Formats: sequence, structure tokens, C-alpha cells
Amino acid sequence: MKNPALIGYYTMVRKATVRIIRIWSQTLLPPIVTTTLYFIVFGTFIGSQLASVSGHSYMEFIVPGLVMMSIITSSYMNTVSTFYFEKWQRTIDEMLVSPMPSWVIMLGFVSGGVIRAILVGILVVIVALFFTHLAVTSFLIVLVAAFLTAFLFALAGLVNGFFAKSFDAISIVPTFVLTPLTYLGGVFYSVNQLPPFFRDLSLVNPILYMVNLFRYGFLGVSDVPPATAFLVLAAFTIGFLVLTTWLFARGTGLKH
Amino acid sequence: MADTPAILIKDVKKKYPTGTEALKGVSLTVPKGDFFAFLGPNGAGKTTLIGIIAGLTLKTSGTVEVCGASVDTAPDHAKTYIGLVPQEFNFNIFEKVEDIIINQAGYYGMTRTEAKPKTDELLKQLGLWEKRQMPSQTLSGGMKRRLMIARALVHSPQVLLLDEPTAGVDVELRRGMWEFLNKLNASGTTIILTTHYLEEAEQLSKNVAIINKGEIITNEPTKELLAKHHGKSLEDIFLELIGHA
Repeated sequence: MKNPALIGYYTMVRKATVRIIRIWSQTLLPPIVTTTLYFIVFGTFIGSQLASVSGHSYMEFIVPGLVMMSIITSSYMNTVSTFYFEKWQRTIDEMLVSPMPSWVIMLGFVSGGVIRAILVGILVVIVALFFTHLAVTSFLIVLVAAFLTAFLFALAGLVNGFFAKSFDAISIVPTFVLTPLTYLGGVFYSVNQLPPFFRDLSLVNPILYMVNLFRYGFLGVSDVPPATAFLVLAAFTIGFLVLTTWLFARGTGLKH
Repeated sequence: MADTPAILIKDVKKKYPTGTEALKGVSLTVPKGDFFAFLGPNGAGKTTLIGIIAGLTLKTSGTVEVCGASVDTAPDHAKTYIGLVPQEFNFNIFEKVEDIIINQAGYYGMTRTEAKPKTDELLKQLGLWEKRQMPSQTLSGGMKRRLMIARALVHSPQVLLLDEPTAGVDVELRRGMWEFLNKLNASGTTIILTTHYLEEAEQLSKNVAIINKGEIITNEPTKELLAKHHGKSLEDIFLELIGHA
């Protein structure tokens, strides 16, 4: 028997995937160019002059963090931009007038962000293989960390989209919150190398746990216990899932 | 049930957070198969009421049922009966004409295979067949209006809500749309129309309601309203009723 909600969900996911591929030069190419530059500048030019970190070459050490950075940015930007654009153009009314339950609409948007993030993640890993050898300690941890992080930041992008009232508002959070937290989240260094005060301060940054869980999946090393990192990631994901479901059910910023 | 009205609205009030009272206790019944004109000056509350019926606007109080389904307790069920043609163009301008309609069908639970024949039929009926592979931004204003009608009809709704469907459309095209809507109504679809073209309402509607400042000031069969005012046009009656005669 056909399930109308499932068909609605499939329609949204198909539309999102077609869009990501159609405008690949905006959705897939930029993170590849950016991370390639990181690999060249930080990994090859600067990294070759640095000592190993946690028993791995500097290049090997930064690859998982750079992949995670691309995943975070891609999932967030995909949902915040598509959701806000649909809200601004009122295209979202096509979905709101339909019998699709609000949680299906939410999952449709989030899935678009996850698909883009995973595609970008795979492409960045492929690029990384041109620069360094990449071992994998646990495929399961790599997949769980990548999926949950993409899911979490796709939800976070939606929350931003709900409250955004202008195109400026969708770039404020990525620029002033997401980017600093990512750069300070142990992508380029081990927080164990920091003075105790800054090390402890780093521990309140949730992105640190995501980067380290992902790095543990590849290299088997982490600045924080992997179980703690997983719990932090799961807790944030559940929290944002509940918040986003509630915002959708209320019609915040969508219905007047 | 044959007696279940297409739309049943009881004492609906809407107050916006700004303090504006858009609807002050509106009650209306639209029987199935009706061609109902909903008239009023700008800011009278027409679009607000259409939005409440379609599930896009939150009411402050009152009840609304669509073909017997409450928009409060069974909103997803109520929405299956409705097709909405909004006042403003609200489709993705980068999407192809055909995809806009097929995707809309998907949101209503129709597979692409099921939606394709109905989409083709609507594109042909509404004169958009040649443009089906074009991005919607390349369409003329009149074509965009027709695209929104096709999109609203792809799931064969029992009730079609048209909010100013002929705004900015030339006379010839408007007449063509009247013909299309008359045929649709004759085939059993209930149509609720808001319009500023009172000639349009006079030509098409079986029943008419006039709203002013959030209150219904008249609601009766169009012919009776015209007969009661001894040969005056609907436009003259409208201006008289809203106090601008």
C-alpha cells in the first residue's frame, strides 16, 4: 500500500538532490577548492616543517578535521539557504498547504543538507588521498560521526532559517559563530598542546567533540574520550531535533 | 455525506500580533458544487480567511471545516480536499514548469507515474504544453497565473480556492480562464473566488459574500442580490454596501 507521507518525503529529497547536482559549482566545488588549499598550505608547506601530532604526520592529523569542517559548513548552509529562500519566496507554501505532516517537511529539508554534506565529505576525502595516506580505524565510527554531525548542523541551519528575517541573518551565524567554533574546535591542532586554561575552555566547544570522534574513527586518536564525544553529539542532535520539530509544529516564522 | 458543506466557517476571529483585527467573527457556509465569490476592498480580510482555510494562517478563535474535516483536529485530512491559487506568484522560478506541477502532486502523495498523465492534461488544457520544459521564470504573467491553477488542480481537489486569479491578466485571457473555471465547476469542483473584478464575480458566481473591515456585510445568491437592487451592477451594489457610493 502506498504511503503518501513517504511519497512526499521522496519528492522533497529528489528535488533537493537534483538541485545540489544541478548547481554543483555552488554546492560541491567550493569546499573542494577550499580544502585543497588547506592541504597545500597547512599540510604540505607548513605541515612538512612541523613535528608529528599524536603519533601522526601533521597532514594526516588535519585531514579528518578538514573533512568534518566541510560537512558542518555544507549541511548548515544547505538547509539555511534553501529553507530561507523558500520562506522568502513563499515557495514553502506549496508544502504547507499539502497534507504532508510538518515532521515530514522538516525531514525533507534536513535530508537535503545531509545528502550535500555526505557528498562533500566523500569528495574531500578523495582529494585528501592525493596528499596523504589515510588509515581507517573504525568505519562505523566514521559513518556515525559524519551522519550525526551532518544531521545536527542541517537541523541547526533550519533553526537559523526559522528566525531569519533577511538574507543578512542567514550569514551572521555561519560567519560569527560557526566558523570561529570550527577553527577553535581542534581541526588544526590537538587541544592537549594548549595551556591548561585554553584546553579547558576548548572543552565547552561542542564542535571539538565532533571533530575528535571523527578523527578517532580514522586515526584512533582523540583529545576527548570517544564515548563522551558520541554522547555530546547525540545529546545536541536530540536537542535540536526536538526544537526544530516544535518550531515546525508551531509554524514559527511560517504561519502568521 | 451529501449535506456536508464544502466549507463551514463559524465565528472565526483573527487578530494579528500588531493588534490589527482582520476578522471579527466571520461565519460562512459554502455548499458543495458552489461557485462562491468572496468580495471586499483591500485589507477587508479576504486573503486572511483564505489563508486560514488553507492552513497558512493561524486563526485566533472559531472553527473551520473543509468537507467535514476540521482544520484544527484533522488538518492533514482537511488539506487533501483543497487546492490553493494564491494571490502572489510563489513557485520556484528556477524550476521547470512540468516539475513544479509534478512535485506538488508528490506532496499530496501521488507518485511521479501517477502525476504525469494528470500534469500533461492540465498543461494542455491551460495552454502551457509548449512551455513544459522551460524554467518558470521565462513565462509571461498570464502563463504564471495558469501555472498556479494547474499546480492547484493536480491532485483533483474538491475545493479550489482562488485568491485574485486574474489580477494583471488581459481581457482575452481572463475570458479564457472564466470558461475553464466554469467547466471545472460544472464537473463538480467547488470554487471560492476572491476578485477585484466585480464583473468577474457577477458573471461566474452562484453565491456572493461581501466582507468589509473583517465583517460579513452580505451573503446571498448573486442573482437575488442583483434583483434586490433593481438592475444595478454588482459594482454599484458593492460600493453602496461598503459605504463608498
